[in-house]
Amino acid sequence: MNPSLAVIFLTLFSGAGFGLMAMVAVVNDFAIDGALSPLRTAILVALALLLVTMGMVSSTAHLANPKNAWRAFTRWRTSWLAREGVFAVLFYPLAIAYLGWVFFTNSDRDNVALLLGNVTALVGLVTIFCQGMIYACLRTIRQWHTPLVPANFYALGLALGMTVLSTSRLLAHRHDLAMASIACSLLVAAAVMKAIYYFWIGAPSGTTLQTATGFTRGRVRLLDQGHTFGTFLTHEFSNCISPGRALRFKVAVYVLGFLAPIAILLAAAHAGIGFAVLFAPVLAFVGIGLERYLFFVEAQHVVNLYHGRMPGPLPQMHPALRAGAENTARAGKRRLVPSYEER
Amino acid sequence: MRLGLVIDLDTCVGCHACATACKQWNTSSITAPLTDYDPYGKEPSGVWFNRIRHYEIGDYPNNKTINFPMSCMHCENAECVTVCPTGASYKRPEDGIVLVDQDKCMGCNYCSWACPYGARELDRESGTMKKCTLCVDRIYDEALPPEDRQPACVLACPAHARLFGDLDDPESVTSRAVRERGGYALMPELNYSPTNHYLPPRTRPSIPTSDLPRGSLARKVREWVNRVVER
Ligand code: SF4
Ligand code: SF4
Ligand code: SF4
Repeated sequence: MNPSLAVIFLTLFSGAGFGLMAMVAVVNDFAIDGALSPLRTAILVALALLLVTMGMVSSTAHLANPKNAWRAFTRWRTSWLAREGVFAVLFYPLAIAYLGWVFFTNSDRDNVALLLGNVTALVGLVTIFCQGMIYACLRTIRQWHTPLVPANFYALGLALGMTVLSTSRLLAHRHDLAMASIACSLLVAAAVMKAIYYFWIGAPSGTTLQTATGFTRGRVRLLDQGHTFGTFLTHEFSNCISPGRALRFKVAVYVLGFLAPIAILLAAAHAGIGFAVLFAPVLAFVGIGLERYLFFVEAQHVVNLYHGRMPGPLPQMHPALRAGAENTARAGKRRLVPSYEER
Repeated sequence: MRLGLVIDLDTCVGCHACATACKQWNTSSITAPLTDYDPYGKEPSGVWFNRIRHYEIGDYPNNKTINFPMSCMHCENAECVTVCPTGASYKRPEDGIVLVDQDKCMGCNYCSWACPYGARELDRESGTMKKCTLCVDRIYDEALPPEDRQPACVLACPAHARLFGDLDDPESVTSRAVRERGGYALMPELNYSPTNHYLPPRTRPSIPTSDLPRGSLARKVREWVNRVVER
């Protein structure tokens, strides 16, 4: 799939924002480590709103006809994309009400604040679920059509949110072990969940060019795709990544996204490293941003079969076409159709 | 009623006439235009509702070239409609035709992700999704003579490889062809229940060549050289 930055930022930032909101509610519910101060709660909720807004704004960049975007809420009965929109929009008034209540009453431990906080967090969590289901419900893309996708969105969103929350505490309190330990546990859980996903999508299965054309009794090879240059289909679906490159990206995801933030949080909680703790969320965002890039670029739509590509990470084409295809893959990114952003 | 196409892979010669006729008709039809990008340049591309690919089936010497036209299958279980958040994509209850309302589409591409058959293409100029309309503006047009009330691609096909009809009516030309020729739908495992069907190539006995005269010595030498020397 085409790894468009708009969608990468949408899922990355809004997931982190909803995750942050959820963890603020959890920390205040159980008064973990004496709960957050009202001011900190307000700042973190504002930050969550900012992250969600960054995601939502960047998502409109991938609409070719944004003037009709307001219609995107109408089909919530069938479409997960519409449901995501509905819940994301519902999140705003709730989060703003919670923020206002905490800020003006200077209390995040009374019943109204707890109720508002939990309802807001719940709506955010439901939005993450819808976001995951947007991808998981597509039977056309094997790498996405798995319950691991929404599960990963949860794990990564909560881990990012808690990393931000813990960083904000570590900036003020040196020995804040409780928050840092929760953040590290969530990062480890997210890393393990992602490993299960990478393992799961590794083995090719399902539809092949044989079932796609109905000629199941012999080998089927592409002779000619019928067009000399790219099409919408090749632009949108033909991105791929070679196994070696994907492996290097995955190492970067684990080092930047999980190991480095854990190490920094541990160092900050035990020794205190001042403002350097800010590297923890920054690296986590970079690493999990790379993870999101891989999520798109590794996903192979079944229509690629009709262009002669078998299940698996690299295109397997008719020998006559293979040389050109492999060069394209090695060169990395040459777009077959001039990008839509260059309109 | 479940209107759709049946495509005969036995007779399709891969001439792309259907695709060209489709483009010609639909570029001034209800979802017009079908924008071209760089049409006379080095990298020509654009919106098409119908694309033909060519495959080799089996291994030499038991191989065969198959030309494979694909347009929207007007699926019974059209997930492209299910996933559309705006309601721009819809399936007409009366005849099963799947259409995109150009006034409602926001160009999010989501439906094209949900379509396994690559039937939907975004028009970058209008910013909306476009797809085969089953020539809905031809097949009901009372101003046309009845024999012309068929999709443009069906009328254009020089090999009569495309049949148009009601797949719900067991006696329609399409249903009979599917029944008699073992017509099948693509990727049944994805459960989209496409309306369009494909007729497999007929199996014919191969033409025997062993009883042909062997020819002169010079010809035998030439044949032997042809076999031995690689080009
Ligand atoms: S072929 Fe694709 S666009 Fe057409 S109805 Fe089926 S899923 Fe939708
Ligand atoms: S591109 Fe248009 S028709 Fe397709 S899902 Fe989006 S709004 Fe619906
Ligand atoms: S039915 Fe009409 S719109 Fe569909 S492929 Fe044929 S000519 Fe094109």
